[in-house]
Amino acid sequence: MKDSRIRGAEIVIKSLVAENSEYIFGYPGGAIMPVYDALYDYADQIKHVLTRHEQGAIHAAQGYARVSGKVGVCMATSGPGATNLITGIADAMIDSTPLVCITGQVASALLGTDAFQETDVVGFSMPGTKWNIQVRRVEDIAPAIAKGFHIARSGRPGPVLIDITKDAQNDLGEFNYVPCLGIRSYRPYPKVKETQVAQAAEVINSAKKPYVLYGQGVVIGKAEEELKAFLDKTGIPAACTLLGSGALSEDHPQYVGKLGMHGNYAPNMLTNQCDVLIAIGMRFDDRVTGDLKRYAKQAKVVHLELDNAEIDKNVKAEVAVLGDCKESLPMLTEKVNQNSHEEWLKEFRTLEEKEKSAVVSLDLLPTKSGLTMGEVIRYINDYKKDDAILVTDVGQHQMIAWRYFKYKTTRTQVTSGGLGTMGFSLPAALGAQLADLNRQVVCVVGDGGIQMTIQELGTIMQTQSPVKVVLLNNNFLGMVRQWQQLFFDKRYSFTELDNPDFIKIAEAYNMKTSKVTEREDLSDSVAEMMIHDGPYFLEVVVEKEDNVFPMIPTGCSVEEVRLS
Amino acid sequence: MNRYTVSLFTENFIGILNRVTLIFTRRGVNIDALTASESKEDGVHRITIEVTTTEEQVIQIVKQTEKIIDVIKSFYYKDDEVVYQEIALYKIPISSLDPGLEKVIRQYNARIISAEKEFVVIEMTGHKEDTKALLEILKDFNILEFARSGRVAVAKPMGTIEQYLNN
Repeated sequence: MKDSRIRGAEIVIKSLVAENSEYIFGYPGGAIMPVYDALYDYADQIKHVLTRHEQGAIHAAQGYARVSGKVGVCMATSGPGATNLITGIADAMIDSTPLVCITGQVASALLGTDAFQETDVVGFSMPGTKWNIQVRRVEDIAPAIAKGFHIARSGRPGPVLIDITKDAQNDLGEFNYVPCLGIRSYRPYPKVKETQVAQAAEVINSAKKPYVLYGQGVVIGKAEEELKAFLDKTGIPAACTLLGSGALSEDHPQYVGKLGMHGNYAPNMLTNQCDVLIAIGMRFDDRVTGDLKRYAKQAKVVHLELDNAEIDKNVKAEVAVLGDCKESLPMLTEKVNQNSHEEWLKEFRTLEEKEKSAVVSLDLLPTKSGLTMGEVIRYINDYKKDDAILVTDVGQHQMIAWRYFKYKTTRTQVTSGGLGTMGFSLPAALGAQLADLNRQVVCVVGDGGIQMTIQELGTIMQTQSPVKVVLLNNNFLGMVRQWQQLFFDKRYSFTELDNPDFIKIAEAYNMKTSKVTEREDLSDSVAEMMIHDGPYFLEVVVEKEDNVFPMIPTGCSVEEVRLS
Repeated sequence: MNRYTVSLFTENFIGILNRVTLIFTRRGVNIDALTASESKEDGVHRITIEVTTTEEQVIQIVKQTEKIIDVIKSFYYKDDEVVYQEIALYKIPISSLDPGLEKVIRQYNARIISAEKEFVVIEMTGHKEDTKALLEILKDFNILEFARSGRVAVAKPMGTIEQYLNN
């Protein structure tokens, strides 16, 4: 009789195929070699992207997950391969990105002996993952992967790590994939309580100046239409967090702007004027709230949130509606009164004008000679399609690009929000592009961040992903320099960079390139990039010491937002 | 700052204790005492942790422990909301055995649970204050060793873990 058993390594691949995984972003090595060997026979069923560093692999998986809404998969070997995933794991955890990370581990007989490339990656990643497990027996591989996918994508998503010993990969076992449908200790979707919805509706219906803040929870819950329906009925002004951008089109008449340290003037100022604050799928991050003691103290807070631990964590809720906003928003919409808030909206528009004259016009239509980051984004807006995806790194360019990019549709924003991981954007853009080859992906990155993962230009070359890389080069670690200027008496301690010739580097990777130093060339170069069919590298040399405003300095109240 | 008992019901998987204590560590809350045992339900483990902190912190900690996949349910209680006990063992040299010691043992409802050639082991169960008081007295009897368990506790409110498992 023929032996129906297969190797654990093949079970890994068949399990990923069973979960409809399209891509594995990974890097081979000793302890994961059996899985890579099995992968060789499955090229027609699952694609593997060889990055140039494991950090690149996990950020690419994050970019893929954020755009597709599916679980990103990445793979690495034991020891340094596994530890190189840690930054991405922490990033995915704080930004609620669904990932399954598979790492090879030394043979189980060697565990704990300081074997070659042995590291306790389960221990390392325990506080940073939503769930992790070490698999030492072949029969446990498929159930662990099934459980991992269920946990990664359900409820508030997050990264999962599955560490598989080499002997489990090599041993023979039966393959019988049973998807995980539930875990008794894990309730990812608490049932929305009618009473909480009714209370929320009552508070909202009696409000004079209600104000909606929406976050990534709307995108994760795929509740964009439900948010719009709620806003259309109630007429309430709405502002977004960094990761909530795109959940509502910026063309919506009640869209009033962006929240937080470098958000818009009106949304921050008026947080302390509203009488009811309706937070939807957002977690009152300190970059949004500034000083909590002076944050929306006058307002009754209604918090629609899936994660119970976020309720009352930073801001006490008068009414908390626990559950998926996809479910709670329609219930709430049904109970709230049709309304409009024209006078209240006007207050936002008045302050918006103030920001326009004090900041926006100088950023977008500068009269000084140096190029601004803002005008680069303005041209990107001119040539992008509505569903173009903006991927950014971390720093000044991230805040400027976020402020000025026109978000028209959902899943157009990929950035490292919570963790602020420099080096995130280049690999994330690659993953974002592979999630949808029909959409434009623009990777806006600074000269500091790009050098943290610049090796991934190699992966872009090998995959020929048509990513548009826009390097905004000011030869500074600009955001740190800005803080040094404003709060450290202009003591520019180790923030100025002697940079390489980036164009030569991009050309070495066979990219089409262009470098802009003069304003008159900017429009044409951006246009050429946006219509180019293939990867493109555009370097724009921008003003060396520009600052990002508005700004709420750390420890200040949202009302103390500075325009200069 | 108050004393709280955090009571967690969990699956019995490798690393669960580590996952739970990490939540306390992250917020810089020291664990005063900890016990782990089975519960009434098959396969359900319980961990009892005693901490001294603010109610605000303990609420957050309890919520964050509940996010751990293998944690079924977490609760926290003030001292008057739980019935709890701790056990203490005291090792006393045989030479200290005299009528005075006998009187102390009676007075504290303690008992000798083991007698060896060179020492005896006295056991007492009670609250920390009581076992500590006995320790102070036994210092006069040349106590050799002392150990006290974390608290084991059952809650006064009538809800049970079954309700969470079954709904």
